[in-house]
Amino acid sequence: MVELNAAVALLGRFPALTGVDLRIEAGETVLLQGPNGAGKTTLLRLCAGLLAPESGTVTVLGHDLAAGPERRAVRRRVALLGHSTGLYEDLTVAENVRFWARAAGLGAEPSVERVVGALQRLGLDDGLLDLPVHRLSAGQRRRTSLAALVVRRPELWLLDEPHAGLDQAGRNVVDELIGDAVAAGGTVVVSSHELERVRLLSPRVVTLAGGTVHRDTSS
Amino acid sequence: MSRFLADARLVAAKDLRIEARSRVVLNQVAPFALLVLVLFGFALDADQRTLRAFAPGLFWVAVLLCALLAIQRSVSVEQADGALTGLRLSGMSPAALFIGKASAVFVQLVVLEVLLTAGIIVLYGSEVDQPLLVVATGLLAAVAVACTGTLYGALASGLGVRETLLPILLLPVLAPVLIGATRAFDDALGSAAVDGWAWLVLLAVFAVVATAGGALAYGALVEE
Repeated sequence: MVELNAAVALLGRFPALTGVDLRIEAGETVLLQGPNGAGKTTLLRLCAGLLAPESGTVTVLGHDLAAGPERRAVRRRVALLGHSTGLYEDLTVAENVRFWARAAGLGAEPSVERVVGALQRLGLDDGLLDLPVHRLSAGQRRRTSLAALVVRRPELWLLDEPHAGLDQAGRNVVDELIGDAVAAGGTVVVSSHELERVRLLSPRVVTLAGGTVHRDTSS
Repeated sequence: MSRFLADARLVAAKDLRIEARSRVVLNQVAPFALLVLVLFGFALDADQRTLRAFAPGLFWVAVLLCALLAIQRSVSVEQADGALTGLRLSGMSPAALFIGKASAVFVQLVVLEVLLTAGIIVLYGSEVDQPLLVVATGLLAAVAVACTGTLYGALASGLGVRETLLPILLLPVLAPVLIGATRAFDDALGSAAVDGWAWLVLLAVFAVVATAGGALAYGALVEE
């Protein structure tokens, strides 16, 4: 599913990952932890095909991410929740979710039921469907951003601080979402500082430090 | 190919829908365009004969100034909350993304050109002798400006100083469009005895090169 061998990635000229060896099997849930600047976000962006490895190899869902076309191909099968929501302020919640579903190659307009289902799954009320995003709270934006990923049904989930900005109910929803993704055969990689919460979801914890894997509880 | 066109249409429709909601072009760029025409009138002492003679050039300078605003808006929509990263993650072809974004800018430019044409007729007393030449020039120049602007907008945003850098980068590159479109309008509005149709060839070549070059280069600019 995901395999990195001596993977090095640069942010500008700065080596954010300095030789990561990591293997994640299909259906696994993995918690990434480490101090700020350890390389967690870079590792997720690398696995999502947003960055090219400077050296070493990165294979995700059978795609060798050294090549540009392979990186583009893997992106459609991966969901990355980053620090920003990626939502358009002047579009409604439903329009945003539909747009991102179609942009990801779902083809025809996803059904209203599918969009509503994804939003309800994230605990968003039907009444928010036609509300422009600029009128949402930060937590509602985060949920909408997650709904735009849910509707795509990705094979690999890369979640960077998914609990950030959410209230207790929202955090519970995210935990349930991760459980659902794994139950559906998906693979989930979560970067989080909320160790106790995520440890309940994942027995495997990978600790990054200085751009490399410092500790992996599976080995 | 159908996937390419569907993606381009999706992006263009999204940008136009955002514009319809935010009304930035309608409420800010369009009044700015008319204001520029009025200020040119003040600068040239409101002499209609002088204004008529210079109307083609003033028209296209106004179009380029307004295009800068529309292009900056098109770029900022993707930068606001990481939407560009989302578009990259969608796996969409960068060429389709480019064509979609340029198409939305093209539509906005055509609307502004119609408004400015009405403006020079009303404010400067210009008369359209060759409507077909006006339409052809307007469309070709809009393609050239939209494609070049979309490409340079991505370039400038990648450098992180887009608001100030874009005009410096873009306006010199668009000088051939300004010259060709002004000469064509000289003929179409009867301001000077030139062969406007011959200048359309320059505009057409520029438009084709800008479209093809933009579609090829856009991917390298939006990728990190």
